[in-house]
Amino acid sequence: MKANIKKANQEAVSRILGAKPTLVGISTAGDAIPGMKRTMVLHAGPPVPWEKMCGPMRGAVIGGLILEGMAQGREEAEALAASGDILFDSCHHHAAVGPMAGVVTWSMPVWVMENKTFGNQAFCTLNEGLGKVLRYGAFSRDVIARLRWMAEDLAPILAKALEAHGEIDMKSMIAQALHMGDEGHNRNRAGTSLFIRELAPHLVALDVDRKKIARVLAFLHGNDHFFLNLTMPACKCTVDPALGIKAASVIVAMARNGTEFGIRVAGLGERWFTGPANMVDGLYLPGFSAKDAAPDIGDSVITETAGIGGFAMAAAPAIVKFVGGTPGDALRLTRQMYEITVAENDAYQVPFLDFRGTPTAIDLIKVVETGILPAINTGIAHKKPGLGMVGAGLVKPPESCFHRAFEAFVEKYGA
Amino acid sequence: MTKVKKILRLFQEDLVVVNLGLEAFAEALRKEDVKVLQMNWRPPAGGDQRLIALLDRLEK
Repeated sequence: MKANIKKANQEAVSRILGAKPTLVGISTAGDAIPGMKRTMVLHAGPPVPWEKMCGPMRGAVIGGLILEGMAQGREEAEALAASGDILFDSCHHHAAVGPMAGVVTWSMPVWVMENKTFGNQAFCTLNEGLGKVLRYGAFSRDVIARLRWMAEDLAPILAKALEAHGEIDMKSMIAQALHMGDEGHNRNRAGTSLFIRELAPHLVALDVDRKKIARVLAFLHGNDHFFLNLTMPACKCTVDPALGIKAASVIVAMARNGTEFGIRVAGLGERWFTGPANMVDGLYLPGFSAKDAAPDIGDSVITETAGIGGFAMAAAPAIVKFVGGTPGDALRLTRQMYEITVAENDAYQVPFLDFRGTPTAIDLIKVVETGILPAINTGIAHKKPGLGMVGAGLVKPPESCFHRAFEAFVEKYGA
Repeated sequence: MTKVKKILRLFQEDLVVVNLGLEAFAEALRKEDVKVLQMNWRPPAGGDQRLIALLDRLEK
């Protein structure tokens, strides 16, 4: 069996490394996301019903329903969410990923990412910035107004500029960003800058009100996390083709809904294996502390699943100013991740490690054998709906979800 | 060379120790100025017998 697993994992690695994630356009969730419905709310992580959702996810759902005009305020939105008339589903079930609460509703603009090698697509909303934003559970008037501006101005203007520019090779752009001190999860300053550099000449040439273009450029410039919502679907469409490879023990999804942390394994198909979401060890914004924090949440851990993010922290020593720890910790975490992965990435590299490829394709068996858990960095949302971001830090997934998946794997493929 | 001679020779040379497991043993020797290499090693699956039995099922 061991030889079969090795062969299957090599196939998974070949598909992951062979991916060509490419930004092909901007659409809306309703038009682009497969299976999307007007009464549907997609969320981060494995499936979770309204009754079990954590505070920030509830806040984001409330905001999403207000944005869609399905509720006027908090009470009405909460009643609608609890009524059974809203269909909740995991982003991952619809080829999508969402940072933090990951809430996606019908009218929201989404990036359309395509893996040119396999033809599969992935979708993600546009990043709103940090602080008081929907994905961290905030739903105040200014949050909704910003989302409306993003749908009415930002997305159509960026779509026109992207059309003028042509498709963007995301693999190449992420690789460059790693050479410039990003890791693609919580440090995206270089990636955001590279993205602006590509689009700026086309933005200013558009036949659009110059004030609107200036606002778009100022928004991109003011949001170092803008690139995150591009790395995420790039990673999602990179790993998805490995799902379903018989006998492969490579992990193809990790995701959190703020209540549970879930994983999917290539050889075990679409089944989720879950454990309780852990608390994040991190740095807090002024006025907040660990007692304000919600548990670990979001689909952004798809970056670690694809070999960047926490796995590439040695490429981004400055990230420790945002998530805590020291540059030595960042280096140690990346080095440790080679113990639980099958391959070294041929595109994403760590300059400080003599341009060694990032540790890629997490092997479930190695995780169980070594007891080493995937290294993840993440934002921290306030535990109550409506308050937004309170910090960022490092988090470990629960061991139990890996053990459960391993038991199922041995049951299916063991002697 | 007999086994006894080999062991006796150890006491005439500088010790270089490789330690597996509890780091406290390595620390104690370091305090005595003995060179120690601490191996980054843990038993498979943290020594969990149930998981080790499952790992064995994949070896067959």
